[in-house]
Amino acid sequence: MKHNELETKNELHEKSLFDKTVGRRSFLQYAGAGAAGIALVAAGCKKDRGYENPIMGGATLDFKDDFGVLNYAYALEQLEAAFHIKVASAPPASFTAAQKAYFQDIQFHEIAHREFFKAALSTAAIGSLEVDFSSIDFTSSASVLGTAMAFEDLGVAAYNGAGPRIKNGTYLLLAGKIVSVEARHAAYVRDLISNGSFADFK
Amino acid sequence: MGKKISLAAMPLALGSMFQKAYGQTALPAAVVDVLNFALSLEYLEYHFYNHCIVGKTPGSAVTDVTFNFPNAASQAAITTIRDHEKAHVDLLVGALGSSARAPIAYADTDFRAGGTFSTVYSDYGTFLAVAQGFEDTGVRAYKGQAGNLLVSPGVLQTALQIHSVEARHASHIRQMRTAAGTAIYKPWVSLGASGQANDSGVPQVDAVYAGEDLTVQAGANIVGIGGNAGITKAVAVESFDEPLDKASVITIANLFLKDCKKLS
Repeated sequence: MKHNELETKNELHEKSLFDKTVGRRSFLQYAGAGAAGIALVAAGCKKDRGYENPIMGGATLDFKDDFGVLNYAYALEQLEAAFHIKVASAPPASFTAAQKAYFQDIQFHEIAHREFFKAALSTAAIGSLEVDFSSIDFTSSASVLGTAMAFEDLGVAAYNGAGPRIKNGTYLLLAGKIVSVEARHAAYVRDLISNGSFADFK
Repeated sequence: MGKKISLAAMPLALGSMFQKAYGQTALPAAVVDVLNFALSLEYLEYHFYNHCIVGKTPGSAVTDVTFNFPNAASQAAITTIRDHEKAHVDLLVGALGSSARAPIAYADTDFRAGGTFSTVYSDYGTFLAVAQGFEDTGVRAYKGQAGNLLVSPGVLQTALQIHSVEARHASHIRQMRTAAGTAIYKPWVSLGASGQANDSGVPQVDAVYAGEDLTVQAGANIVGIGGNAGITKAVAVESFDEPLDKASVITIANLFLKDCKKLS
């Protein structure tokens, strides 16, 4: 299996990050978060090759136009929503009632973002991505919080990096409306891990 | 300033990015206006926090900060935020160069807002409530100016990064308010208890939250979108932060500036 490793190491994303053709049967896979940040892997599995044909076409995630940037955001929101739906449906046993409630909130925020992009992009939207979170221990508070932090910091970095590539002011504003909510999430999750670390990202 | 703080406030050495992009050429006038507007807000935020931290420093000549922080972590957090605001001021001053507005001094400010917040430095809860107002206003102000920076992608990049740092501050301040009392303030802007746009519990700052209760985005009704019953009105409001226009932000900022120093 050939993977295209898509790594983000700081608050800016490289243009090449999503400058790949991703087939509708491809998926974004969470590959792990470390000190350097989070890695996303766009993988095209062999068993999926048969589904790729010119008629179905694929979706190109690049920044050549605003739809490309918006689809990039849509992909990230799909990933975030999928993660938070799993967390909210079965939170770690050690989560407090307040934490459970706020992770419910975050889940719905991410679903709202995902559905908004789907509606806004309409026929230009990429398909639904399949996710693989098999490397995450959803029963462990440390694992869930660490992954959530990585996702939220990544989301903020991704929107900030994509912003200057947007040409249309309306779309830029919409991205701006979402990124500050992601930043609020990121600060909350960071403070749960270590109070006062709300802006300690690199 | 520690290395960690400069990294947090200015990821990727934004200062050098500014210089690289604009060190040799003049910024467009519209961009200068936006950056000076941002600089005014950053000066206000910086002085608001700095006066508090200086006042809590042993032996300080500042004696009107009479509340006590409940613990070391809360004072450390306010110090961190103060340092970020200072970094933002320095960054904007550096980017603007000779086009930078005259500095705002603490003496130019009135954080008691003519008596509206008379206990801002004697009551920790009031201090945090005003802090939340500043941070949530800051987020809205930067968001409202983003479109005016499309002509200068390098500047836009930097402004977006400051914008998200202000949102992180707002989230933390809201958590500090919850920790300090019995009321609960979500880290994100929600609906008020009576369904009003202002969720801060402080009616004097209604202007800070005017229009934050929007639930239709680019023509799409967010409530229940995609058949998701969990997307209530409150969720729809929380999911999208709204911008604030320059005139409205100036009206808010001027509450905290002395008469001859008000923004126009």
